[in-house]
Amino acid sequence: MTRRVLSFVVAALLIPAAAQAFCGFYVARADAKLYNQASQVALVRDGDRTVLTMANDYQGDPKEFALVVPVPTVLQKDQIHVADGALVAHLDAYTAPRLVEYFDSNPCADLLRKEMEFAVGSGAPAPMAAEAAADRLGVKIEAQYTVGEYDILILSAEQSDGLVTWLKGNGYRIPEGAEDVVGSYLRQGMKFFVAKVNLGEQAKLGFSELRPLQIAFESPKFMLPIRLGTVNAKGPQELLIYALTRTGRVETTNYRTVKLPSDAEIPPFVKSDFARFYVDMFGELVRREGMRSVFLEYAWDMAWCDPCAADPLTADELRELGVFWMNDPNSPRMPSLDRRAVQDVFVTRLHVRYDRENFPADLQFQETGNRENFQGRFILRHPWQGSPNECREAREYLTVELPARQEKEIQTLAHLTGWNVNDLRRKAKISPPKEVKEEKSWWQKLWGDG
Amino acid sequence: MAHRLLADPRHFQIAALGGLLIYGVLGLDFDVRWDVVLVGVVTALAVQALGTRWAGLPRFDARSPLISSLSLALLLRTESLALPALAAAIAIGSKFLLRSRDKHLFNPTNLALVVLLLTTDRVWVSPGQWGHWAFFGFLIAALGTLVVQRATRADVTLAFLGAYAALLVGRAWYLGDPLAIPLHQMKSGALLLFAFFMISDPKTTPDSRAGRIVFAVAVAVLGAWMQFRLWEPNGLLFALAALSPLVAVLDRVLPGLRFRWPGGEGGHGGPPPRSRSMPASPTLAFERGAS
Repeated sequence: MTRRVLSFVVAALLIPAAAQAFCGFYVARADAKLYNQASQVALVRDGDRTVLTMANDYQGDPKEFALVVPVPTVLQKDQIHVADGALVAHLDAYTAPRLVEYFDSNPCADLLRKEMEFAVGSGAPAPMAAEAAADRLGVKIEAQYTVGEYDILILSAEQSDGLVTWLKGNGYRIPEGAEDVVGSYLRQGMKFFVAKVNLGEQAKLGFSELRPLQIAFESPKFMLPIRLGTVNAKGPQELLIYALTRTGRVETTNYRTVKLPSDAEIPPFVKSDFARFYVDMFGELVRREGMRSVFLEYAWDMAWCDPCAADPLTADELRELGVFWMNDPNSPRMPSLDRRAVQDVFVTRLHVRYDRENFPADLQFQETGNRENFQGRFILRHPWQGSPNECREAREYLTVELPARQEKEIQTLAHLTGWNVNDLRRKAKISPPKEVKEEKSWWQKLWGDG
Repeated sequence: MAHRLLADPRHFQIAALGGLLIYGVLGLDFDVRWDVVLVGVVTALAVQALGTRWAGLPRFDARSPLISSLSLALLLRTESLALPALAAAIAIGSKFLLRSRDKHLFNPTNLALVVLLLTTDRVWVSPGQWGHWAFFGFLIAALGTLVVQRATRADVTLAFLGAYAALLVGRAWYLGDPLAIPLHQMKSGALLLFAFFMISDPKTTPDSRAGRIVFAVAVAVLGAWMQFRLWEPNGLLFALAALSPLVAVLDRVLPGLRFRWPGGEGGHGGPPPRSRSMPASPTLAFERGAS
């Protein structure tokens, strides 16, 4: 008993952070920067209230930028807000799939390894003449605002072709064949939220990047309209959804939500190449699911993380993102492990690659009561560097356990990414086991000739 | 023996539900815990045993509580252990307590799901989790059930699916949507589970064929309205529960032959042989002398 306690203390001394690192030491993350033109959407939802934050990494001329989003209601000016881009970046970093590492302990002090094992916790303003043209085309400009660097219109229309003609006439690039989709939204009683960059305001405000637009509304529709984006799109689109709720995980109700293959152990050499690994792994996953699923990359109580790819968002950041219940002093608070920050916010990160063929309908969601934490996590285990002659366990570790594990890691990596298993074996340079001094068995010692 | 086993559609239904549950957990990574399944099954059997004694039924029959608890295991998601037990108790208890014209009023699984969905946010149903791949295997299981049931209640399933498909296609036509959208909506494992394993329950559907078709169409219409107007993802479950009392009315207006399981009634709801004083409310008591 004394020895057990002692060796645990030694373990704690050797690896000071071990107590906080049950889920491994954070190495790297796979965030939105990996993808070209990924859209990011934060969906804050409780009851019928929704705050939608739309961010994208648009790099072109701000004059060319336009956003056309179907919305369930006509929005008042104070229902529209421009957020700081850093908020979404922080949310992305906090929830991103992560790479963690463990260091194999000296097998001769086996307890250390045991402690480490139980890791997994579970454009320009619309011209004035636009209004007259709008009337002619059966388009109604419900509202018109300038918010931050954006000029915003809320449009409704009798007919989709009128609206599409009007949008095109006013410098919005609407893909060919969009009439049907626009018409479908109009018939469902939806309005169109369209935004362009007001260059004058942008210069005055001094922001070079386009900041995310936020809208707040009340509607039973818990969905994201993705169909407009798939009309005439060149190849599949990439979308990251961060859902912030009170009760628990968010999932899609009309597509399968599939968990990432988390906690896979992959060879240590992936450390220098995690971005490529993640992109290929995700591509392979999408291929295997026939591009018909939405992927769960993270689901966690916002109060903490282990390991943290970034710190949890602060109360101010969450409020800025639209977590409206944080102001409410009467709101019941969920018990949390971290006493420093009781947030009462559960975050779900969903990643979807979609095209028109495989995602014909908009994404519909529901909030569930599932508060089980989940993280997209990949594990590196660095081998212990020691001599096989230190003890019997060391020999066993270096000659049997380690090579078997390394082979398994290679197989896992090949399976996850579709990479060639032989190339990986070469790359891993699985070192042949160190020379082992043959130890005599007990019967040789007993009866052997010395 | 094999012939007797095949004669009762409930045996095939238990096998099909069990198979779907195993496929769901192992093949589709459903968030279903085995302890939750076990708690549900044990509770259902226990409540059935209690109800059998209380109603003075001739013998205990494990088949229908097994079907109810396996259906609940497939549909009800929760992190709690108490709630699945409560669900099973509501499901089986309702068969003994909520009766009219000697039939139980509600589909047991459906009632338990609706009661819990309305009263707590700690349970949910995951209609999207069957995905696309599951579709074909599921269809086979469902069609197999149809065959074994020798089409005794296939009319409900077919009328429901026909009406629901017509509504989806009609909606797409009205909105100008491509056919791919209603097709995608139809290829839903949750929809098939509802059509083949829930609304088809012969004990809670009208006795006459005309009544069953009216009932199925009504559920499809109300369910679609709830889904597409109220944005309620579980619209069909709510529609079935809301319309179940209509069965009693339809049985009066359009009378027909009462269904009996070929393998014997056991505890599933035949009239109790012994006389016992019952509450007076027609919906809460066995109706005396109904058969």
